[in-house]
Amino acid sequence: MREIIKMVVVLTVLSCFSGGLLAYINSATEERIGNQVLEFVKGPAVRAIFEDATNDPIADRIQLKDGEIERTFFVGVIDGEPRAVAFETFGKGGYGGDVGLMVGIDVNEDKLIGAGVTTHAETPGMGAKAKTDPSFVAQFEGLAVKDPIKVTKDGGTINAISGATLTSRAVSLAATDAGKIYLRLKPQITEKLKQFQK
Amino acid sequence: MAKSLAQEFFKGLWDEVPPFRLVLGLCPVLAVTKSLYNGAGMGIATTFVLLSSNVLVSALRKAIPSKVRIACYIVIIATFVTIVEFMMKAFAYQLFLELGIFIPLIVVNCIVLGRAEAFASKNGIFRSLLDGLGIGIGFTLSLTALGAVRELLGTGGLTFWKTATEILPESYPKFSFMIEAPGAFVALGLMLCLMNLTGKK
Repeated sequence: MREIIKMVVVLTVLSCFSGGLLAYINSATEERIGNQVLEFVKGPAVRAIFEDATNDPIADRIQLKDGEIERTFFVGVIDGEPRAVAFETFGKGGYGGDVGLMVGIDVNEDKLIGAGVTTHAETPGMGAKAKTDPSFVAQFEGLAVKDPIKVTKDGGTINAISGATLTSRAVSLAATDAGKIYLRLKPQITEKLKQFQK
Repeated sequence: MAKSLAQEFFKGLWDEVPPFRLVLGLCPVLAVTKSLYNGAGMGIATTFVLLSSNVLVSALRKAIPSKVRIACYIVIIATFVTIVEFMMKAFAYQLFLELGIFIPLIVVNCIVLGRAEAFASKNGIFRSLLDGLGIGIGFTLSLTALGAVRELLGTGGLTFWKTATEILPESYPKFSFMIEAPGAFVALGLMLCLMNLTGKK
């Protein structure tokens, strides 16, 4: 009997101690890990969109509530003015599931200033070109956010990647979605942008 | 039987170097040694776990009841592995992306559990520390050497701390087979052969 109690006690104490230690380390490194994930997963797309930005868009970011969802907006300071935001949306209906798209929007002109695919599971050499071929996403530059963005087959202006209409549609859908989200949250975004004014 | 403290440390570097002499812990040895940097990173992570778990197992060896000892060792090892995972995510995220699943898998690396069971549970704290350090450094050097050989033959150069250096002449045909999975077996086989030629055991 004594042996059983000792086994239980030792194992319990050890597990509790280990759980507590890990919880502490988790909370101590949580913020840094979050930053690292942003830097390496979303960072490349954000930096490509904000080529001309003078600030660090990864560090200057704002959180806004969109209904139930918490969204992260990366702020771009261009020509000394915080005039652009970038955020990620997901387009449904890609060949391999949802396609993640980072979209940059100019707040003064309500226009897209750039886009970049972040996460996808499309076919290499076909749909995956949406990420690797910059000429595809370049088509989104300068489009107004209030109009739905479509591929030419659906009566829009985006030339689909050959052999990857589904992917092109998913990306267009994500961009359209981004426009809607942006217009919905615009008052809060402009309010928050003021704090980056120097 | 009783070895001097120095022998306890140095045995891990040559006589009992894990992958080449004991032929243990081959899963990470084969999987992550695509490059010198990855090999070294994996080795250092494993060394930290080995050292910490050896010290703690040794310190608690009188408190841990023998019937649940393996469970206790696993809890201790898993704790340190998770710490390594957090640290690597926070400070070396790219290395973490490269090594991926093999970091959590250090838990089941038989070298770590093997040292806890065979050495740390029977020896004092200081001896266990030297043992863990020796075996860990031996493991790190093995992985680094294997990674370097594969990277050199596969790409014609080596990457030191993110700067790629071409070592072999331009005319060297890049033998990319060496950085694929089957190349790991060939490289390991050649290294084992070399080790056996030099040793007399």
